[in-house]
Amino acid sequence: MNPRFRRYFFLISCAAFLGLFVWALHDLPPFGNYRGPYGDILNHVAVYERHVTDVVTAVNFDYRGFDTLGEESILFMSVIGTALLLRPQKKETEAPDEEEKKLQHAMDESERRRAPAASDAVRVLTLALTGPLIVFGWYVITHGQLTPGGGFQGGVILATPPLLVYIAGELETFKRITRQEFVEAVEAAGIFGFVLIGSLGLFARGAFMQNVLPLGETGSILSGGTIPLLNIATGLAVSGGFVQLIYVFLEQTLEVKLRVRKAK
Amino acid sequence: MTLFPYLVAAWLFCIGLYGVVTSRNFIHLVMCLAVVQSSTYVLLLSIGYRTGGLPPVFAGVPVGAPAVDPVVQALMLTDVVVEATVVALLLSLAVQVHKGTGTLNPDHLRELKG
Repeated sequence: MNPRFRRYFFLISCAAFLGLFVWALHDLPPFGNYRGPYGDILNHVAVYERHVTDVVTAVNFDYRGFDTLGEESILFMSVIGTALLLRPQKKETEAPDEEEKKLQHAMDESERRRAPAASDAVRVLTLALTGPLIVFGWYVITHGQLTPGGGFQGGVILATPPLLVYIAGELETFKRITRQEFVEAVEAAGIFGFVLIGSLGLFARGAFMQNVLPLGETGSILSGGTIPLLNIATGLAVSGGFVQLIYVFLEQTLEVKLRVRKAK
Repeated sequence: MTLFPYLVAAWLFCIGLYGVVTSRNFIHLVMCLAVVQSSTYVLLLSIGYRTGGLPPVFAGVPVGAPAVDPVVQALMLTDVVVEATVVALLLSLAVQVHKGTGTLNPDHLRELKG
């Protein structure tokens, strides 16, 4: 398929899609006139039934909790897939032959350029942000049942401090805090914890993800029964997964090229 | 104007897909795919929107106040997570393609190598 034909083919399909889309819009309620019953029902009952004030979290970690388990598995599997695809190949640890050297050169245009060291301003800012970001990440994770936030959002925030440490030029510290056994254990503990908390309901009441813990007082940090626990488990899984992603991508640019260069 | 947000979603979908179809660089292609996926955010949130509705968070707000649909917002969270992981997976494939062939242009990868 040549590029020109491909473009025409796309434009025709796109016009057809737009026609169908506008036709489908005909029967949708106009923007701003939400009618569907489910959202309204949940908005009315979630606070009484689950003692949480953030209904989105109640949907994610209780009413639709089983789906969230699937969502976490997607995250887990794709992190594993990325780590598997980017694992250092046997060839990359050996000395390259002539042909490979040429290829390496074509790959890395910046070979002779020395990267400048991180400036003092960058170091002060990034290292000063590390502590507050860890606190903020845990704050977002543990307040998911009260205000917008939760395990997914907080987990991503928790994954940023290691990256800041790397930006500050502390490569050795970065490697120490992203030790693979540790990060993998955190990620696995998150997934396993989610399944375990879900199974509590299965054994106590006969339904997976049933909220069996005392619901507490609406508006307090310990409200929502299993919801805060599931948020913490998700936070661990997400932060472990994202640190793992950052690590494997950085390993590609730092370690693999370094080894090849050392071998020269 | 009542259809405007839906048309924005359709525009994002088409323009992202156009980028994917005509892309000459895998990194650019992955970013275009992210644009395609962002159209679903606009679509989901517009379907659940109610004029004057509050966010579905009842901290300091009486239950029963008109609020937007929490279900589509929860679905959108799923969407964001899936997009982030799909982008990571595709970028890792791009890294490996570049290492193996020295190019990121999909058009230069016509022939199969045994």
